[in-house]
Amino acid sequence: MKTLQKLGLAGFAALASMPSWAAGAIEGAVQKRELNMHAIVMFLAFVAFTLGITYWAARRTRSAKDFYAAGGGITGFQNGLAIAGDYMSAASFLGISAMVFTTGYDGLIYSIGFLVGWPVITFLVAERLRNLGKYTFADVASYRLAQTPVRVFAATGTLVVVALYLIAQMVGAGKLIQLLFGLDYTYAVVLVGILMVLYVMFGGMLATTWVQIIKAILLLSGATFMAFMVMKHAGFSFETMFQQAVAVKHAGAEALAHKAAVASEVAAKAVAANASDASAAVASATEAAEKAAKAAKTNIMAPGGLVSNPIDAISLGLALMFGTAGLPHILMRFFTVADAKEARKSVFYATGFIGYFYILTFIIGFGAIVLVSTNPTFKDATGALIGGSNMAAIHLADAVGGDLFLGFISAVAFATILAVVAGLTLSGASAVSHDLYASVIKKGKANEADEIRVSKMTTLALGVVAMLLGILFEKQNIAFMVGLAFSIAASANFPVLFLSMFWKGLTTRGAVIGGAIGLVSAVVLIILGPAVWVDVLGHPKGSELFAYKNPAIFSMTAAFFFTWLFSVLDNSEQARSEQGKFNAQFIRSMTGIGAEGASKH
Amino acid sequence: MHDSMIERVQNNPKFHALVATRSRFSWALTVAMLVIYYGFILLIAFSPATLGTPLGNGVTTLGIPLGIFVIVSAFVLTGIYVRRANSEFDQLTREVVEEAKQ
Repeated sequence: MKTLQKLGLAGFAALASMPSWAAGAIEGAVQKRELNMHAIVMFLAFVAFTLGITYWAARRTRSAKDFYAAGGGITGFQNGLAIAGDYMSAASFLGISAMVFTTGYDGLIYSIGFLVGWPVITFLVAERLRNLGKYTFADVASYRLAQTPVRVFAATGTLVVVALYLIAQMVGAGKLIQLLFGLDYTYAVVLVGILMVLYVMFGGMLATTWVQIIKAILLLSGATFMAFMVMKHAGFSFETMFQQAVAVKHAGAEALAHKAAVASEVAAKAVAANASDASAAVASATEAAEKAAKAAKTNIMAPGGLVSNPIDAISLGLALMFGTAGLPHILMRFFTVADAKEARKSVFYATGFIGYFYILTFIIGFGAIVLVSTNPTFKDATGALIGGSNMAAIHLADAVGGDLFLGFISAVAFATILAVVAGLTLSGASAVSHDLYASVIKKGKANEADEIRVSKMTTLALGVVAMLLGILFEKQNIAFMVGLAFSIAASANFPVLFLSMFWKGLTTRGAVIGGAIGLVSAVVLIILGPAVWVDVLGHPKGSELFAYKNPAIFSMTAAFFFTWLFSVLDNSEQARSEQGKFNAQFIRSMTGIGAEGASKH
Repeated sequence: MHDSMIERVQNNPKFHALVATRSRFSWALTVAMLVIYYGFILLIAFSPATLGTPLGNGVTTLGIPLGIFVIVSAFVLTGIYVRRANSEFDQLTREVVEEAKQ
C-alpha cells in the first residue's frame, strides 16, 4: 500500500472528458513509481511459465499450418478462451472500469458496443470463414478473385489495422508498466517487444494461443474475485451497491458545492476590496462553480454525455459491431480449430466470457466508487485519484485484496498486454509471409520452409518496428488509434470479406476499389474529425472539417456502395469467370466439402 | 472438389432446404441482435431520461436491467444459434455431404 501512496502522479488524463475511444489506450503523461515486488515476482512467474510453453510449442511447430493455425487442433472451448484473451485488453479492463468509476452508466453503454459484434460473427461469418480459409481472412476474400490485387489489398488492411492497434497497445503498455512496476517507459516497451517476438517467432500460433488462454483465465479470475468482494461489501445486493455509490457521488458533489460557495465568497470580498488578486479569485471561483455544477449534474445511474449525438452513436455502434468482424487477428483465430462446428462453438464461449467480463468491469467500477474514492489513502493532496481514474481498478485490487492481490492484478495487466500484442504480431506476420510473400511474390509456389522463415523474419521486424513506434509515440495523443483501427476494419476488411462470401456479383475490381475507398475514407474522415483535427493537431475546437468522431456510418456505406458499383460495372471476361466460381465457393462455405482439416500429429 | 460433386450437391433438394432454413435463421437472429442493440442506442440518444427512471423506490434505474439484458441477449442468441446448428444443420450437412460422395 505504502508504495501507491507515494506515487504522487499528477498526469494520466482523467476520463471525465473521455473521448469515445480512450478505453483503447492509457493516456497522458505518467510518472514512474517505485518497484512493486509482489507484482514483479508474479509477473516473472508468468513470463517463466509462458516461455516454458513457448519452448514446448516450438517443438511442436514444424509446418506452416502449425505456425499460423496451431495445426488446427485447438478445441472450441480453448479457442473461445483464447479469443476472449485476444480481445479483452488491459486498456479495456482499466479504461472501462475507470469510465464506470467516473460516469457510471456510460461505461456500461460503451462496453456493450464491444460485445454485440460477436453474435453477428457467429451467425454470418465464423463458419463460412472456417470452411473457406486456411490461415488469413485474405484466403477467403481472394478465394475466387485475382490473387495479387486482392491479397495486396487485404494485407494492407491487415497491416494498417495491426499497426494502429499495436501502437496503442505498446504506448499503453509502456505507461501502465511504468506506473505499476516502476520500470522506465523505454525498458517497458522493449521488454514487451522482446517477449512478444519470442512467443510468436518460436512458438507460433500454439504458444500465442496458450498465452491468451492463460491470460484470459487469470484476468477473469482476478476480476471475478474483485467483483465478489465488492458484492460482499454490498451484502450481495445491487440496489445496496448502487445506493452506496450514489451516496458517495452525492457527498462528493455537496463537498464541491461547498467549496464553490466558499470560493465565490472569497472572490466577492476580493472584488469589493478591489484587491490586486481579485481577478484570480473570480477565476478560481468560476472554476469551482463549474466543477460543482458538473458533479451535481452527473447521474451515474443514467446515460450521460457519451451518446449525445445520434449519428455519432450509431456510427460508433457500426464500427464496434462490424469492426470486430473485420479485425484480422481475431479472424485468424477461427483457423485454429478443426472445423466449422468448433468455430461456431468458439464464438459462443468467447461471447460468454467477454459478456461476463464486461459485467464484472461494471461492478468493479461501482466498487471503486464505494471503496476507492472514499479512501484517502488512494488520493493525492488535491483529492484526485493517485495515478488518474484509469487506476481505479488497480486501487480497488488493493482495497479488497491487499498488497499481494494488488501485485497479482498488476502482473495480470502486464500479461494481458503481452497476449494481445502477440496475437497482433502473428496476424501482421502472416499477412506478409502468407499473403504477400507466398501468394503474391511466389504466386502460391513458395516452399513451406521459406514461408515460415519469412514469417519469423517479419515477426522480428514487426517487433522492432513496434518498439520504435512505441517509443516514438510516447508523448503523442493516441486516443484515436483504436477507434481508427475499428473503423478501418469495419470499412475496408469487413465489406470485402462479407461480400466475397455473400454476393455472387463481387469482382476483383469492385473489391479492390471499394475496399480501398473504405480504407481511405475512414482514415481521412478521422483526420478531419474532432479526434485528430482538434485533439491531436491542436486546431481550435469547432474548426473540424468533419463533424463526427466516428466515420464508420459514412466510410462503411461508401465501401459497400462502391464495391457494388464497380462490380456491376465490371463487364470483363475475368469478372464473369469470377462470378461463375461463386457456386462452388458457396457450396464449400455451406458444407465444408474441401475445407482445410486439422493436421495429424 | 470435383464438378460432379458440386453438381450432386446442387441438385440435392436437401442442400437447398439447408441453405434456406439456415439463412433465414441466421438473418433472423442477426436482425434480432441489431434491433436489440440499436433500439438500446436510439433510446439513449433520443430519450436518455427513460433509462434513468428509477425502479420502484430504489436508486436502481431501468437502464441497469436493460443494459444487462442486451449483454445477456448477445450470449443467449449466440447459444440459440449454436444449439440448432450443432444438431439440425450439422445433421443435414452430413447427409448432403454423404450423398454427394456416392
